[in-house]
Order: sequence, then structure tokens, then C-alpha cells
Amino acid sequence: MSILVGSETRLVVQGITGREGEFHTRASIAFGTNVVAGTRPGKGGQTAIDGSVPIFDTVAEAVEKVGANTSVIYIPASGAPDAILEAADAGIKTIVCITEGIPALDMISVVEAVRRAGARLIGPNCPGVTSPGRAKVGIIPASIHRPGHAGVVSRSGTLTYEAVQAMTDAGIGQSTCVGIGGDPIIGTTFLDVLKLFREDPETDAIVMIGEIGGSAEEEAAAFAAEHLKGVPMAAFIAGRTAPPGRRMGHAGAIISGGTGTAAEKIAALEAAGVRVADSPTQLPRLLLEAGYRP
Amino acid sequence: MKIQEADAKSLLLAQGLPVPAWKVARTPAEVEAAARSFLEAGAGRVVVKAQVLVGGRGKAGGVKLASSAQEAAEVGSKILGMDIKGITVRKVLVGAAADIVKEYYLGAIIDRASRRIVLMASAEGGVEIEEVARQNPGAIHRVSADPELGLLAFQARGLGLSIGLRDPLLSPFVAIAQGLYATMKANDADLVEVNPLAIVAEKASDGAAIQRLVCLDAKVTLDDSGLARHAGLETLRDLDEEDPTDAQARRLGINFIHLDGTIGCMVNGAGLAMTTMDLVKHFGGEPANFLDVGGGARHETVAGAMELILADPKVKAILVNIFGGITRGDEVAAGLIEARAQQAREVPMVVRIVGTNAAEAARLLTEARFETASSLDEAAEKAVAMAQGATQ
Repeated sequence: MSILVGSETRLVVQGITGREGEFHTRASIAFGTNVVAGTRPGKGGQTAIDGSVPIFDTVAEAVEKVGANTSVIYIPASGAPDAILEAADAGIKTIVCITEGIPALDMISVVEAVRRAGARLIGPNCPGVTSPGRAKVGIIPASIHRPGHAGVVSRSGTLTYEAVQAMTDAGIGQSTCVGIGGDPIIGTTFLDVLKLFREDPETDAIVMIGEIGGSAEEEAAAFAAEHLKGVPMAAFIAGRTAPPGRRMGHAGAIISGGTGTAAEKIAALEAAGVRVADSPTQLPRLLLEAGYRP
Repeated sequence: MKIQEADAKSLLLAQGLPVPAWKVARTPAEVEAAARSFLEAGAGRVVVKAQVLVGGRGKAGGVKLASSAQEAAEVGSKILGMDIKGITVRKVLVGAAADIVKEYYLGAIIDRASRRIVLMASAEGGVEIEEVARQNPGAIHRVSADPELGLLAFQARGLGLSIGLRDPLLSPFVAIAQGLYATMKANDADLVEVNPLAIVAEKASDGAAIQRLVCLDAKVTLDDSGLARHAGLETLRDLDEEDPTDAQARRLGINFIHLDGTIGCMVNGAGLAMTTMDLVKHFGGEPANFLDVGGGARHETVAGAMELILADPKVKAILVNIFGGITRGDEVAAGLIEARAQQAREVPMVVRIVGTNAAEAARLLTEARFETASSLDEAAEKAVAMAQGATQ
């Protein structure tokens, strides 16, 4: 088992003919992901990736004809909300949106519609989800992974790669790595992913990578204190030196009105018994100190 | 994007909200003329307010009253050119001074936890809402707008009742609360705040004393991701208050925030860029900037980013940290080599490139005799040592 994506994943790539879509689909296939379809309205009936992946006009056709159950979206911000809604309407249950720069108010309506459709959205503005040895949905580099039993959840992209690489170098493999995205309004939160990891029999330890802004890390800490006792956990929070009132690249990374600081998040996590690293390179050591034996 | 009070008030007016008339003035003479027009129209006094994008202008002396046009000009000449938290005041707002009976707070925000637009109101208006949240959180009342139906009248009424408003001010309050919501939706705003929302005493045309709810101040921040789909909002960007490097960063398509330290940072990805700054600090240095070159940066972007870093005379050392995913390490290395050939001054630099095409990058950097590091911690430590060496 793993969470969100795995050997049961049948992936449809929305925007498979674009530059990003094609590049990352190749990497996903090379990783062993079961890519069953791509969509590009008006090009239905053609194929992509050297003839190996059928293209459909709609997600609904991809579900109906080849049994797609998961979608990944590489479509520019102007069309991405529509792409998410189309996937949800077609009955896709796991939707991963890589796209950056979707207005927050659009996401409020989209997240609500996805919830009503009974689907789960990861992102937007996220690097995707990888279950090493099984499936890679999104843009996380394949080379940093090693199959194992530590779950990783993060708001960031390259910072996640840094942490996962450090784990792999230390011999700590991963069950699933989930990038939840750096926007203020996202489909799946730390809390949601922690709940999934708790239910996953193959995840024995958890690494959480947060950053300034909002209070999702504090909510996750409260959950960990109550429901993840005995699960070795380590965390890193980016932005200890970030000035207040400035957006640090990610739309959601901002200290506003004195709240959302790294210090508050670190204090909440430590109070919940989670070890917090000064550098992402310390995460493997902290997991071992927390009693994890890979 | 933050916008000035006068622009925020225009957005509220466009949604039909009650905002008293104002004029923007850039010179004492303009202040005088504006004040005269309000006084001649019947105002007892006028208010002159500094237009800056930072809070606390009242405490800094940036808001003053005047009883005559001449006094307004004097007040104006003091406020114009004043420094408020490092920002020079270049313009002021002039309006009739209101006869305030009571002040409230009303704001619309995007609430991340509930993933809804939330309206917040408090009977403790006119002071910073963050202060109220700390001292007396029970005084802030909230209601969540429905993602599909919006802010419903009964919800707004409930909010008005909770802060003590009664007939005949309750209906106007509902219209104002719904107007804040409409302003948010119409402009892709992150925040729409009226503080104070005030009950003011006025004379009706027949001379009778009446009370009215008006938006005396306005603060709006816009979602950068929504700017492109609203014609005209980009023109509200106040270039007077913008650091020139911000405009250059926008042209390059990178995220750049100027800080006070001596170690220039160039990183791909926002989280990693923050982490790099944190590690510089952890090892005893001070970051000069936050800089995220973004995903898939090409060599021109890298060269432009290096120029931005070097434009800061305080920079004594540079740390480049790239974890290649979409970004190709060799592309970054080529950009660094190109930038160094053109750069105006010699600054020590440590480069760490891992991930996609890292081997090719390493070969280019070694040939060009760059100082490199293999881990993030090592790179940060080296940069700190370089900056300290440069100041000794």
C-alpha cells in the first residue's frame, strides 16, 4: 500500500500535448506509472508519447474507454480550474493540479465543487505525489526516491526534493511523498494527508515540511499530538528569517498580522512531540532519534 | 498587491458603498485648493491623510485636521515629504472631517482553514484589528460566505446585530457588508477592510440631525494571480513606493525581496529559497535578499538575477543553491558564467547545483574555477565565511 497513488493508479494527463505535460508524462511512464490516457480537446483519436498513450477530447471519455481513475493537470492557470471541474465531473476521484497562479477566489468555488463530487484534489501549485516503486504523478524528480516506509508531506517543491534526497542518502525510503502546494486555498491539507498516513499500514514514520503563513501546521500538530502518538515524526519549517507582510514567492507564504510565523509553528510541533530540524539535512537523523528503524 | 487608500475607496465606490468625497493632493498648494473646496461646501474642518502602503501612519503623525485652507496647506507641507517607516510621503488624501459618533471594524478576508470568504466585524473600530485579536478576541465576530451563494442578507444582519447595530442602521450595514464581499469578488481581492466603519452625525438638507454609516478608511490588497484578468487594476500599482529592483524582478519573472544583510542568495523554489536564508542566518550570516528564480530558469534569467543581487552595494558574498527538477543545472551554470564575465564588481561566490544535469553543471563550473559545495549546509557555511572574510 501507499497513499493517493500506487499500483492501482490509472492516470489521465490533462494537457498531455503541452511542453510540460509531455516531458513529465515521459518521466512518469519511465517510473512505472500506468498512464492510460491524455486529453487535448479537438485532438481526440490521436496518440501521444510516441504512439503509446491515446488522446481523448474529454476526461469523461478517458474514464469510460480506458478506466482512468486519477488525473494530473498541466494546463495554464486560465484553464486549470475548468480542468479540475471537468475531472471531478467525469468521476475522477484523485485529481493532482500542478498549475501555479490560479486566483484564490476561483479555488474557493473549485474546492467546494470537488468536495461535492466526492473527489480529492491535491494542489494546486504543487509538485505532485510519488509512491516510489509504484507511481509518480507530477514533477518530483524520480532520481531522489527510494521505496520504503516513511511518508513525506510538504507545502513546497524543491525543498521537498532536498529533504527526500537527504532521506534516500541516509537509507530511509519513502512510502509516499505528497506535495500539497504553496497556495492559500488548496484541496488537501497537512491534516488530510496525516489521516491517510495513519491509515496506511505501510507508512511507519512521517516527515512534514511546512512554511510560514496560515495555521495548517498548527492544526496538523494538534492532530499528531492526539492521534499519532508512537509514530516517529520529524518536521522542518521554512521561513524563520522571513520579514512580516511580504509574500515569500508562494502565494500562501506570508506572515500577516503577526500570525503564521515559523516560531509559532515550531513551538506547536515541538509541543506535540514532533522533532523539528534546523536544516532539512537533519531530518533523517531526527527520525532515527524518534525511534524509527527503516 | 497593496494599493493606496484613495484607490481602495474608488473600488468601494464602484460597488455603491457610502464613501465620503476626497481629493488626492501632491503639493501644499493642491492641499490648500482641495481643503478650500470642502470648506466652501460646508465642512467645518478637513482631514489630511498621508497616502502610504504601511500601517501606523496616524501614530507617525501622518493624519492631521485643519480648520482653514491655509492651515491645511501648512499641515500638508509637513506631511508631504515626511518619512513613515522608511517610506517618503508623496501624496495625501484631503476630505471633509467627519463628526464621528462611533467607530466599528468591518473586513472581508480569505480564510484558509475554512476555504471561504469570511466577514469579520467588531465594535472596537479605529484600532488595529490584530491588536483587538490579541487583547480581546471575543470582540471579533465572524461569518463565512457560501462559496456559491455569497454573503446572504441574514448572515450580514446577524453580524450587524452581534456588534450592536440596530434599526435604522442595520439595513445600511447589510448593504455595506455585502458590498465588501462584492468588492472582493469584482477585483480578485485578498482583503477588503474598512476601519473605521463609522456612524457619523450629519445635517440633512432640511437641517434635521441624522446619523449615517460611512466607510471612513479603506484598505484593499489584490491577489497577484488575478491581476491579469481585470483591466485597469495593474495601473493601481504605486510605483512611487516600489523599490526599483521590484520592477526589474517582475520583468525577469522572478520573486525577489530585498533584505538588510550581506549575503546575496539565488535559489530555485520559494520554500528552498526561504530555507537557504534561514541556514545563512543559522550559520551566523545575514541574507541580503530572498530570490526565487522559479522553475525552468534559463541562463538569461540567471544573469538578470545576478545583476539584481549585485546592485545591492551591501552584498559581500553570493550563495547560489539550485535543486534541479524542471530547472536544468547546466543552464544555470552557463548563466552564472555569463553573468560573472559581465559583472561590474568582484564578489566571492559559492555555487551548489544538484539534480537535473548536475554533472554537466559541475564540469562547467570547475572549468570556470567557481567555488562549489555539495550540500546545502556546506554552501551556507562557506558563504558566511566568505562574507566575514570580505569585511575583515
